[in-house]
Amino acid sequence: MKKAVIVRDYTIPANDFTIAGEASSNVRKILTQLGVSPNVVKRASIAMYEAEINAVIHGKGGNAHVEIDENKIYIVISDEGPGIADLELAMQEGYSTAPDSIREMGFGAGMGLSNMKKHADILDIDTEVNRGTTVHITVYFNSDKKI
Amino acid sequence: MTVKELSEKLGYKIITETGDSTKTEITGVYACDLLSHAMAKINTGDVWVTVHTNLNVVAVASLTEASCVVIPENIQIEEQTIERAEKKGVIFLSAPVSAARVCYDVLSVLREAK
Repeated sequence: MKKAVIVRDYTIPANDFTIAGEASSNVRKILTQLGVSPNVVKRASIAMYEAEINAVIHGKGGNAHVEIDENKIYIVISDEGPGIADLELAMQEGYSTAPDSIREMGFGAGMGLSNMKKHADILDIDTEVNRGTTVHITVYFNSDKKI
Repeated sequence: MTVKELSEKLGYKIITETGDSTKTEITGVYACDLLSHAMAKINTGDVWVTVHTNLNVVAVASLTEASCVVIPENIQIEEQTIERAEKKGVIFLSAPVSAARVCYDVLSVLREAK
């Protein structure tokens, strides 16, 4: 791997929707300033936002680590929440374990993980029940993947 | 057609004036209250119609590059949402009519403008 040009770390607070999305918003700004194509900026920031929101809702908060080099952005969102018992099921659109209080805010459509997959070039998820979940998202700047 | 022109044509009130309403072009309309669904489907330049007025709407509108958010039926928008929207440059409009009517009107106006 080539040396990262920009590295950022963020703390994702649990159940705090006043700050939720700030990390992905900040990353979006950095990518835009770097002159990355709008399609790539949108895909990377949407995938990261979904992972960030999942950490807020399900993961008791967590951390975001971002590395940007000349070819790609690599995002790691990790939490120490309950983990995902059935990842294959969770990847299906419409499947959600979000409580009613979260649904009332408009989340819980069961599309978070599938949105990440749709927008990322590479999505890897490590999860273990009672240990937590780590999501790895890679988006290449020269990727022609459309959304 | 810009957001400003749309607001004047349809009588929708601009709630957050970010200075961009005369420049931001409208290309379509999308209505949905499920945020992840909206996130996946809103195209850059769409007017996004939703009844939600919480902070997360600002994040979704910003990330998807919606031209503006239209809140139907004069639903009151939370103060902290307005503040965040102004900070993030997201234009909110308030419409007196239903979400369905907003979609119909925006599409009609876009069709006329072609």
